[in-house]
Amino acid sequence: MKRVVFNNKFLPLLLLAPQLIITAIFFLWPAAQAIRQSFLREDAFGLRTEFVGIDNYTALFRSSEYLNSFSVTLIFTVSVTVVTMVFALLMAIAVDRLIKSEKVYTTLLIWPYAVAPAVAGILWWFIFNPSIGILPYVLRQVGINFNWIFDPTDAMIFVVIASAWSRISYSFLFFLAGLQSVPASLREAAAIDGAGPVKRFFTITLPLLSPTTFFLLVVNLVYAMFETFAVIDATTLGGPAQSTNILVYKVYQDGFVGQNLGSSAAQSVILMGIVIVLTVIQFRFVEKRVAY
Amino acid sequence: MVENRPILNILAHLVLILGVAIVALPVWIALVASTHASNDFLGGVVPMWFGDQAWNNYSRMLGTGISTSGMPPVSWMMFNSLIMALGIAIGKIAISITSAFAIVYFRFPFRMLAFWVIFATLMLPVEVRIVPTFQVVANLGMLNTYPGLIIPLIASATATFLFRQVFLSMPDELTEAARIDGAGPMKFFWDILLPLTRTNIAALFVIMFIYGWNQYLWPLLITTGSDMYTVVAGIKRMSTVADTDPQWNYIMATAVLAMLPPLLVVIFMQRLFVKGLVETEK
Repeated sequence: MKRVVFNNKFLPLLLLAPQLIITAIFFLWPAAQAIRQSFLREDAFGLRTEFVGIDNYTALFRSSEYLNSFSVTLIFTVSVTVVTMVFALLMAIAVDRLIKSEKVYTTLLIWPYAVAPAVAGILWWFIFNPSIGILPYVLRQVGINFNWIFDPTDAMIFVVIASAWSRISYSFLFFLAGLQSVPASLREAAAIDGAGPVKRFFTITLPLLSPTTFFLLVVNLVYAMFETFAVIDATTLGGPAQSTNILVYKVYQDGFVGQNLGSSAAQSVILMGIVIVLTVIQFRFVEKRVAY
Repeated sequence: MVENRPILNILAHLVLILGVAIVALPVWIALVASTHASNDFLGGVVPMWFGDQAWNNYSRMLGTGISTSGMPPVSWMMFNSLIMALGIAIGKIAISITSAFAIVYFRFPFRMLAFWVIFATLMLPVEVRIVPTFQVVANLGMLNTYPGLIIPLIASATATFLFRQVFLSMPDELTEAARIDGAGPMKFFWDILLPLTRTNIAALFVIMFIYGWNQYLWPLLITTGSDMYTVVAGIKRMSTVADTDPQWNYIMATAVLAMLPPLLVVIFMQRLFVKGLVETEK
């Protein structure tokens, strides 16, 4: 809160106008439309729409395909988050130890952030290509047949790896910053008291890292739920047999490809609910910035 | 480091070398593949060392593209991506810095309402309102245009919050001094606030450029004419064709070209990149 402000009633509105107009036209209005459409049903030719109340919602929760998409999203989101964070934490701990070569390793680990998730999907597609890809080739040598085009489990492993890969650098940078802010005096005191590196990590470093961990947990969950659309669309298209059809991808498929507007709108509204909850958690428990 | 344990240091190096190798693997394979001829991918396993077709593949993709698939040359798609990325980065910075200025330095009716409207954009990512947003853009006649690619993406709560934070940390004495010297709000904004936020703007620009360049869903939806394709969205269309007639060398050359600009930005502006990342998201 500023003590010294300018006395002008019109100018601030003018300054805010571009942002507010764009938000109203491209965010609030479409969101309102989604809510409205979720209570309507269009006939097959798009000529007539009728009000159907919550029918679109009840239909969704009776549809085994939608419920399947929920569990697929849960498995996918949790796996991407865990794989990303464990890998990133491991890298950050290692870099934190090596003071001399810290810069080199950091540079070598942060660049995947620059690669678009869609491009990451294409790159991993090439690696996992069942006929010529390097990984299926290596796995064949040890007797494992890896084919994500037909096998649902393999497809899930494939999209989780591709999605986690593009997110490692982000978590790594935050973990590294978190580790470097752990006071050395605490670790030294513990070392004098006879605690070894492993014990020090679990009793001092990890607890002090928990705000960072929690922040990354929320941010990565949001990433895995929403921004991985590109990975799925560039690779499996939700298949095989719906095994990688996460919620955001299903909204797109039903609404844009399948032209089932009412159902897609209802799915949008449910997703909005999920984002709102995650955002509130993030700001309520992680950030203090919104508090005026 | 608390005490010297050589074994742990060696272990750390091993873990990191392995990690860097895993992280680099996909890009290594793409680079190698982009230097081979198409028929090197017909059977067996992908080559692991460079071929001699690099010049051929890259000049063909940049120059003519895969004309049979109706795709424009990659250089043209990269130009579209560049316009989109610059437009999004500059647009976001421009509208959020003025919004933050209004919210911090003025008292006016509906100030809190404006704040919450901006906050709401955080809760409505484009992925959850695909169809209605597409309808709005179509009704406005903005399909297949640069404004259609750019404007719907430039509203940003994170950037506004960042500038708000920066402005709140500016000492009040600055504003007082400016007012005593007779400067109006806009003069104060241009001559004092903007120069003082230069590094924040630069850091945000780096992040937003990468964000804009890497957009996928939005350009996929609203560019139906091939002359408006961006390279990140275009590569997917190319690979759909390649699935039946694999031209992996061309796809991978395009992938390398698509990741090159943001990659150079991250590597050469690492300090600004890290600053921007930590500031905008935390």
